[in-house]
Amino acid sequence: MAVRRPAKDQPAAFEWTPENKDWCAAQIAKFPEGRQASAVIPFLWRGQKQEGWISIPMMEHIARQLEMPYIRVYEVATFYTMFNLSPVGEYYVQLCGTTPCMLRGSSELREVCKKVIGPENHVSDDGKFSWLEVECLGACCNAPMAQISTSEADHYYEDLTPENFEALLNDLRAGKPVKTGTQHPDRHTSDPAGENTTLTDPSLYDGSRAARLREIPNANPGAATSG
Amino acid sequence: MLEDKDRIFTNLYGLHDWRLEEAKKRGAWNGTADLIRMGPDWIIQQIKDSGLRGRGGAGFPTGLKWSFMPKEIGERPHYLVVNADESEPGTCKDREMMRHDPHLFIEGCLIASYAMKAHACYIYIRGEYVDERLTLQAAIDEAYAAGLLGRNAAGSGWDFDLYVAHGAGAYICGEETALLESLEGKKGQPRLKPPFPAGAGLYGCPTTVNNVESIAVVPTILRRGADWFQKFGRDNNKGTKVFCISGHVERPCNVEEAMSIPLKTLINTHAGGVKGGWDNLKAIIPGGSSVPLIPKEICDDVLMDFDALKDVRSGLGTAAVIVMDKSTDIIRAISRISYFYKHESCGQCTPCREGTGWMWRVLERMAVGNSTTEEIDKLLDVAGQIEGHTICALGDAAAWPVQGLIRHFRGEIEERINHYRADRGGVSMAGVAAE
Repeated sequence: MAVRRPAKDQPAAFEWTPENKDWCAAQIAKFPEGRQASAVIPFLWRGQKQEGWISIPMMEHIARQLEMPYIRVYEVATFYTMFNLSPVGEYYVQLCGTTPCMLRGSSELREVCKKVIGPENHVSDDGKFSWLEVECLGACCNAPMAQISTSEADHYYEDLTPENFEALLNDLRAGKPVKTGTQHPDRHTSDPAGENTTLTDPSLYDGSRAARLREIPNANPGAATSG
Repeated sequence: MLEDKDRIFTNLYGLHDWRLEEAKKRGAWNGTADLIRMGPDWIIQQIKDSGLRGRGGAGFPTGLKWSFMPKEIGERPHYLVVNADESEPGTCKDREMMRHDPHLFIEGCLIASYAMKAHACYIYIRGEYVDERLTLQAAIDEAYAAGLLGRNAAGSGWDFDLYVAHGAGAYICGEETALLESLEGKKGQPRLKPPFPAGAGLYGCPTTVNNVESIAVVPTILRRGADWFQKFGRDNNKGTKVFCISGHVERPCNVEEAMSIPLKTLINTHAGGVKGGWDNLKAIIPGGSSVPLIPKEICDDVLMDFDALKDVRSGLGTAAVIVMDKSTDIIRAISRISYFYKHESCGQCTPCREGTGWMWRVLERMAVGNSTTEEIDKLLDVAGQIEGHTICALGDAAAWPVQGLIRHFRGEIEERINHYRADRGGVSMAGVAAE
């Protein structure tokens, strides 16, 4: 468990942008009537995208909107670790440190973060960055990796080395365009570097698989029911 | 070895377009309505006959699970919920299916929902997979526009709605009842079972929760036949499987292979071998961080399937193969896994809430040697106290890696303790067990 508490300094109020108000209505429509509380995680996430972090006025606003007791929203916001309960940098770097990434050098990447950004969980002086080590982000075949979030997007950056990671952070700071996904020159996604060992048969992609099924296997009535 | 023609996920690496037109060329949505017209009993029987076991870690037979749902819709609607909360360290396969082959998966959602008489399905995707969620939603929008979802989905006569929901960074939500809690807008703390979800799941309605891969393979199994899927793997371990190979290998990758492939063949063929050669191997975690590691001697000839790995006191889990060569500080590697479970414990059950942190702190000391040989037994005892004494399997998952470490590398822990003592004139510094 991680202990998580709201920030000391809180804004006076929270309002959705007009665009997000429409978005909220579409979310509630996904769930059966009376089950609007199901939208609380998407709402908090959207609120975080709008404001950068989740404030108490935002939680209260969402609680009223979803007809939930305020404490239930507080409970959700403090339970889920993607919810930032205090402001973060413009580029919010979440560095994976779990064993598969650790085995491939995430500890060195942590040093890069300290060098380029500063101490963990602090917004850099220029407001551009903050970083922290997080648990497995599920891109282990492209370890080590980090997710870098902005108000616009939340991309993965994979197959990092201390060199390409430092260059990446510096490019972001300078406002230069960067490549998302794998940073390995010989990989596309989670394929092995270099020549692929599978999925090289061209007949998979020539449209022959779209030919109408002549018959459905095991469609004879004898084998069709029972059990 | 599996041939390309028998691979289900033909766009695993995203080398081709994921969109509807291209996905159809690769075989997605081919004859879907004809398959559905065969009826729910036929579909469930085919999945049973195929031998498909759940791909999310536990390996429960998928067809059997589906058959637990009520045969007819009663007062409450039925739901299919797809567990796309892929968070088990080492595992990154569902992500590729969702962003590169979303239409196979969406088609699977329709067929599986129909088989269980569900008119609605929720996909619960982990919060961090933002780009993947956007791609999946775009694919769903395409499918609606093409009449493949919605009223009379794909011309099958079945009305079907598919929704994407998401989490916000909690490993525990991969546990099916915690996932349902989260989907209902609560913190993700597992429910006591029974009642099982098939009786009372989402909103108290009959619900089946399946892993992404279990659902995404369904259309292809039906199109090619249960006997085709049966051709791969040993008895009770049938089919093809996407393996995630990470850690100390030359070329880490995801790859779809036949079940029961020898671990050594898997790594040497697709991942370019262990760094420094096979003899440089120390140990492998064969099924995601929850399963006990196995040392090189076992890796030499073990097969990658549920039963073979169970026989060596580990497990296939999610088939996430984490390779560790001889340069690995094995105690620290497992300690980092213990930290993961400490971080991800939901706090509901005392053995897990307190035990995961305790194990991590002790392992951190053991990693530098600041411990005693007696404390190794104490650690093993505590792991045994956590295992089996919690509502969900996170307690077990936290205990198993520690037990595996002690089972196979006790000598290395003792050696480190002895070095630490020798460096300090034979005096142990341990004594603060919990802190």
